[in-house]
Amino acid sequence: MPAVDTGSSKGFCPADAEVPLARVTDLSRLFGSFAALRQVSFDFEAGKCYALLGENGAGKSTLMRILAGLLPPSHGTVRLFGDQSPAEACGRVGYMSHAPMLYDELTATENLRYFAALYPRGQSLTPEAALRQVGLDPALPRTVGKYSQGMRQRASLARVLLAQPELLLLDEPFSNMDATSAHRMVELLAGMRAPGRTIVLTTHQRELALPIANHLLTLREGRLDSVMDGGRAQA
Amino acid sequence: MTEASAEASEDVAGVDAPEVDVTGVETAGWFALVGTHLQKDLRIEWRSREAIQSMLFFALLVVVLFSMAFDPTAAASREIAGGVLCVATLFASVSVLNQAWTREIRHDVLDALRLTPADRSAIFVAKVLANFLFVTVVQVLLGPVFFIFYNLRPLGNGWLLLAVVPLGTWALVANGTFFAALSIRSRNRELLLPLILFPIFLPALLAMVLAVKTVLTGDGSDPHLLWLKMLAGYDIIFMTVSLLLFDTVLQAE
Repeated sequence: MPAVDTGSSKGFCPADAEVPLARVTDLSRLFGSFAALRQVSFDFEAGKCYALLGENGAGKSTLMRILAGLLPPSHGTVRLFGDQSPAEACGRVGYMSHAPMLYDELTATENLRYFAALYPRGQSLTPEAALRQVGLDPALPRTVGKYSQGMRQRASLARVLLAQPELLLLDEPFSNMDATSAHRMVELLAGMRAPGRTIVLTTHQRELALPIANHLLTLREGRLDSVMDGGRAQA
Repeated sequence: MTEASAEASEDVAGVDAPEVDVTGVETAGWFALVGTHLQKDLRIEWRSREAIQSMLFFALLVVVLFSMAFDPTAAASREIAGGVLCVATLFASVSVLNQAWTREIRHDVLDALRLTPADRSAIFVAKVLANFLFVTVVQVLLGPVFFIFYNLRPLGNGWLLLAVVPLGTWALVANGTFFAALSIRSRNRELLLPLILFPIFLPALLAMVLAVKTVLTGDGSDPHLLWLKMLAGYDIIFMTVSLLLFDTVLQAE
């Protein structure tokens, strides 16, 4: 199984001159004296699915938050869609965190109607269509606070899909799910792969990422430790 | 692949996307955005009733306990009533202002809001409006109780209260909502908010107390409505500053 050892701060930038969908260069993030990310460089290509693997504290969520534009890097750069910063590309990036990012007191449809109103019209899916995509009933009168963890994660995914983002950042989409719900989520994500859409997900559960990921990236102590081809890893 | 998955991939590829919102306008207007945020806040409060209930209970306790502790005469009541009303409102509001951003923080909803391309100032204005409405509802319910317990009857222009109280309340909630946003990532935010808010709100508090006292006693000490004008000026300055700084506060990590 060929794992590539970086050994240098140059990372894994492909040699071809094509502009990647997302390019991170020498990315570092410090929290006080603790380095959550250390000189990570990588190119994310359009239409591919990447799984970020690593132990707790490896820097997966930090990298995702920087890609989403929620956290500024301490050093290094992130360019999305050619030459946009994450802040400039906010309408084209969808981010799902461990938390559902929805209001407990509202139903899934009310939550999604609220978020849909914050995106430019003509681009976003209707809340009902987004909920149906993740297999939830838009007419369900229950508030999100009364949902199971699996349903919450799917409702959260529906929120991300509203704006039809080209870059999907999914931080631990299988967390706290039972086996059935987790496999359901894998099926959903497999169905969302499309030529124009890049998916980056983080997980501890390597076996769940294998069926959908084109590349497996392993972070260790803030460094990009290895990159594997998804097909080879599965074999 | 499930049916839902297949539907998803088709939509992304642009082959079949029949349910895209195509109501025409490129982006929602600023006032529409404020309305969207406000509607959400009011709906959540209507369902939970957390803010108004806790505030009303606390404010009633303060008003009733003060009236029993001092047993004032009608003349003395007029002297202190403005202060009691303002302090009761201030203390009661702090609990609500502390919770103003809690729902946004609880499940990282604030991050989801930060990722939308919508104007962030609309979030702040809607939150101020929602808090203003909550405090106003409590004041309306508290008012009759207050006048009965303190045996009050305005000797000055009673209608001025309709300007003084809302202007003072706006000063409180605009500052409070802004500083609550500033302190949301702090571990001791419940302690931090009053520590920052009270000194800055002090000029508005003094203006509000003195304006209410002038109305209740009818002493004619403020013929040019100086306190009222000061409150209006305070509101304009602090609202403008808060609006200018809110996006920076929201993006701070």
